[in-house]
Order: sequence, then structure tokens, then C-alpha cells
Amino acid sequence: MNEDKFVDNPDHPIILSDADLDAAVAKYPFIVVDCWAEWCGPCRMLGPIIESLAKKKQGDIVFAKLDVEGNPQTASKYGIRSIPNLLVFKNGQKVGDIVGAMPEDKLLDRINTFR
Amino acid sequence: MHDIIIIGSGPAGLTAGIYACRSKLRTIMLTSQVNPSLITTTDLVENYPGFPGGISGFELVERIKAQATSFGLEIVEKDVTSLERITLEGKAAWRVRVHDGAYEAFAVIIATGTEYAHLNVPGEQEFTGKGVSYCATCDGPFYRNAHVVVVGGGNAAVQEALFLTRFASKVTIIHRRDRLRADKTLQDQALNHEKIGFLWNSVVDEILGNGVVKSIRVSDVKDPARKQTLEAEGVFIFTGKIPNTGFLRGEVECDEQGFIRADHAMKTSAPGIFACGDCTRKLLRQVVTACGDGATAAFAAEQYIEELRGTAYSAWSPH
Repeated sequence: MNEDKFVDNPDHPIILSDADLDAAVAKYPFIVVDCWAEWCGPCRMLGPIIESLAKKKQGDIVFAKLDVEGNPQTASKYGIRSIPNLLVFKNGQKVGDIVGAMPEDKLLDRINTFR
Repeated sequence: MHDIIIIGSGPAGLTAGIYACRSKLRTIMLTSQVNPSLITTTDLVENYPGFPGGISGFELVERIKAQATSFGLEIVEKDVTSLERITLEGKAAWRVRVHDGAYEAFAVIIATGTEYAHLNVPGEQEFTGKGVSYCATCDGPFYRNAHVVVVGGGNAAVQEALFLTRFASKVTIIHRRDRLRADKTLQDQALNHEKIGFLWNSVVDEILGNGVVKSIRVSDVKDPARKQTLEAEGVFIFTGKIPNTGFLRGEVECDEQGFIRADHAMKTSAPGIFACGDCTRKLLRQVVTACGDGATAAFAAEQYIEELRGTAYSAWSPH
């Protein structure tokens, strides 16, 4: 596990793997994990939106990215059948998931329903 | 301020962009932040000329985009909310509203394409992302060694069924007719594929599961009392396409399904608004016809702007 990327208030999405997802969920009280893959067009559209939100919501919401291609355990553990799939964790518990790409303002509204 | 605003960034819009930019028209393209061109989700396009062996839909669109931007096309990611008529420099023009602002131009080219229609059956919405999918290239890899069904019988359904055989143990195509509509080459590949089975004259009544999809209920269109339940982990829906034209709100004449009525010069009922590609009412929705439409739309828009300015090269018109 790379400790460096678990800074207190990241201004960009942190990159997670099967191995360190649990540690990140334990550390951050509110974290949104974007499960994506290179092969998925809508995921690639959502990428810049996640980066933009990570910057704007620095200190409030932590964003992370997990490539399902190299990390099959997470996909299987959370029953992911479609990507992009955003897993939302609050105080260490999964509180929701958001499937599919959507515009930035709409996505933030959806995320905020899990606060 | 621009001469032309192109809405949509699929093959039709991008080709319009190539032609408009090469004509040195001040052109801007507004593209949806989140709704990709449908062809970018297609695994393989084998019928677009110039690519023997085929090319992925995603790569094809990236190539057209690179070509368009090399001629100076400016692309911004903004979802359009409405159109309104205005006057610019004393001439008729259009304002295109987006969620956080607006753009103005003398001509607008609409190339917003379509999205896959929903079946509107119980369970479909509940299990979207949990077994129900409209994108095989996105979600296919989650169905390794699973039985999945594909609903539909056109090119998209058959192409995606073939793609899914890479992962699934079995793919069943469910079609309401007794034969496929897809082109004969795709049909032959599917009919002879050991992993693909067919359920003819059948429609999906309900999608069932428990957190994720477990099965579907199917009935016979000729004898609706004949029903059966099929175990399946995935349901991929490619039954038809609906146009992304809701934002027009009556400014442009559409048919009863919402497809824009455009003439052979891609002119619509609204002066200065042109439409091209899959969002229009047309016989054949393919990349090659979309590109042709896009070129015509840009040329017609250029003529329209020159006539507006009184600088038309010739007064010839196909009408």
C-alpha cells in the first residue's frame, strides 16, 4: 500500500486498488469511488468530471478511481455489473451507488443525497 | 459569436465540423458531457468504407474528431437546454442555451443522434446497472461464463450479441419477429455461432431478480398465453432508438417519434436550422449516411449564411 496518496485533503482523485480500498474507506469519512475501465466510453467521459469535482470539493468530499480491469475483487464484492459505477462510502459503510455518467451538477446532487 | 453552432459530436456533427471549418466559417461544437455518440459504444464497425477488417466505433469517432480539430474545430462540453430565435447584426439568428450560458450564431446544425429505447417493462429500471444494460462494450466483461440475453434483432443487437460471446457462456437473442433485421453478414455469423441461441416471436414481459438480475419472463407474441421464465444474469437491450431531440420543444418540426424532418439539403422547418445523422427522419441510420448528411448540412448552412449576408457565390439551389 502506498501511504503517500492518502493525504488528508487530496485535490485530485486518488488511485485505489483491491488491496487498499478498505484502508481508504476507513480513513476518509466520505469518499466516492469511481469504478471504471479503459474499454468503457462513458467512463472516459466521466473521468474529467470526477477530476473537476475532486478539485472543487477538496476538504469536503474525497474522490477516488478504481480500474475494475485489474481489480476484480471490488467489482465482485459490490456486485458491479455496469460501469461507470460510483460507490459512495460514509463513515466506513457503503451508503449508495450511482450508475452511469451524468453532468457535473447532477452528479453532485446525487452524491449529496448520501451525505 | 459564431457563424455555425453544431450540436452533437458523433460522425454527423464532426463531419459537418470538418466541412464548416474548411470553409473558414466560425464554428463551435457543443457536445454532451455525458451522452456519448452511440457508435462509440459499438465494438466493431465493419461497413464503413476505407477500413477493411473493421474498426472500433470509439476509434473511428476519435479519428474523425482528430481530423475535425486539425482544421480548427472548437469543441466544448455543454449540454444544450433550448433554442431561441434572435437577431444578430440585423439578421435572423439563433441563441443556443446551455446549463450555464448561451451561444449565438446565424446557423445551427443539429446532430444529436439517438439513444437506445427502453423496454418499459417491470424490473427494467430497478435493475439498470444490476444486470440490465444498454452498452455491451461497457458491461460485457462483467458477464464471464454467464448466460445473458440480448433483446432486439437489428444490426446493433446482433453485433453486440457477437461481442458478448467473448465473455458469456451463452447468449440468447430474443426477438419479436421470426427472423433478424440485421444485415446478412451479421445474421450468418450469429446463426452459425455455437454460443448464440434464439428465441423467436418473443417479447420480454418482466425482469426479475434479487439485488441483481436472476431471470426474465418472456411471452410469445403469437400466443401471449404461452409464457416462460429464462434464467439469465444479464439483459442487454437494443430494441430501437429514440432521438435526442427533446430540447427542441417544437422549434423544429419532428415526426411523431421525435425524429427531425429535414429535406435533402438537411434544411428543417426553421430557417437557419439544419439537421443531420441519426436524429433525423431517414431510411438508413449508419455512420456512412451520417457523415454524408453532415457534409451536406455544413454546405447548406454555408449557402444559407452567404445568402443572409448577400455574398452567395451562386444563386443555384436544388429546389
